[in-house]
Amino acid sequence: MTDGGTAPGGGSGDRHGLRSGPGRLLVTLYAVFTVGAASRSLYQLSTRFDEAPLAYLLSAGAALVYALITVVLVRGGERARRLGVAACAVELAGVLVVGTWTVLDPSAFPDSTVWSTYGMGYLFLPLVLPVVGLFWLRAGGARPAPARD
Amino acid sequence: MLTPLTVAVAAAAVLLGVWCTVAALRDRSAKDWHYAAMAAVTLLTVVQLVVGVVMLAGGDRPAGDSTVVFVSYLVSVTACVPLVAMVALGERSRWGPATVAAGAFLLAVLELRLHDVWGGGIG
Repeated sequence: MTDGGTAPGGGSGDRHGLRSGPGRLLVTLYAVFTVGAASRSLYQLSTRFDEAPLAYLLSAGAALVYALITVVLVRGGERARRLGVAACAVELAGVLVVGTWTVLDPSAFPDSTVWSTYGMGYLFLPLVLPVVGLFWLRAGGARPAPARD
Repeated sequence: MLTPLTVAVAAAAVLLGVWCTVAALRDRSAKDWHYAAMAAVTLLTVVQLVVGVVMLAGGDRPAGDSTVVFVSYLVSVTACVPLVAMVALGERSRWGPATVAAGAFLLAVLELRLHDVWGGGIG
């Protein structure tokens, strides 16, 4: 029940269901994490790679996964959706493995990553996002208007 | 740098975030007044960008060789609200203001980080 109830802003096309409705928020958060993780890892890799190579390479890997999911959500379509499910699964596995690893053996990571302690430094969003993403992608995103050829 | 301005931007961002959260919870789309508020917050961040650039040009530097980090935060801060506003524009549902709220709270966090970076508590 939305007010201002004309048709959604200019026929958003049937393959763009992934980025409408709640998808907007999800895309935005993934874009933010892409930019955050990418710039952080670029800076760290270029200035002090030797201090914590594992942590910084991991940040770079996380940035790639985030970037992939962002693109998938923006593009939409069935192939992108399946790719997105796989990427979210990788992301979730990454958060769980790295999170557990950092809890059990903190010395393995002299500098923190987005996934350290299950993403606690980022409000646990790195843990929440892939779960929400999986649900969203499995549902196929917002259903477009029923009248569709 | 200039703590009062940083606090003002952060406070304005939190207000914007709360207001948009309320709209989202009440199942409203973003209205003209919301966009006016986004413009106001953006204006504040532009002022901050100008002040930051002037300070850098005047020879002031953030603590501990972190000028690059500082500038990238300064730019992110300025871009934050306009970008979420554009994302929200085409969305005529509660998820428009929800997206703006996320961006606004992010801006508040970025202001904290900006303050840290200038003072030397770099991450």
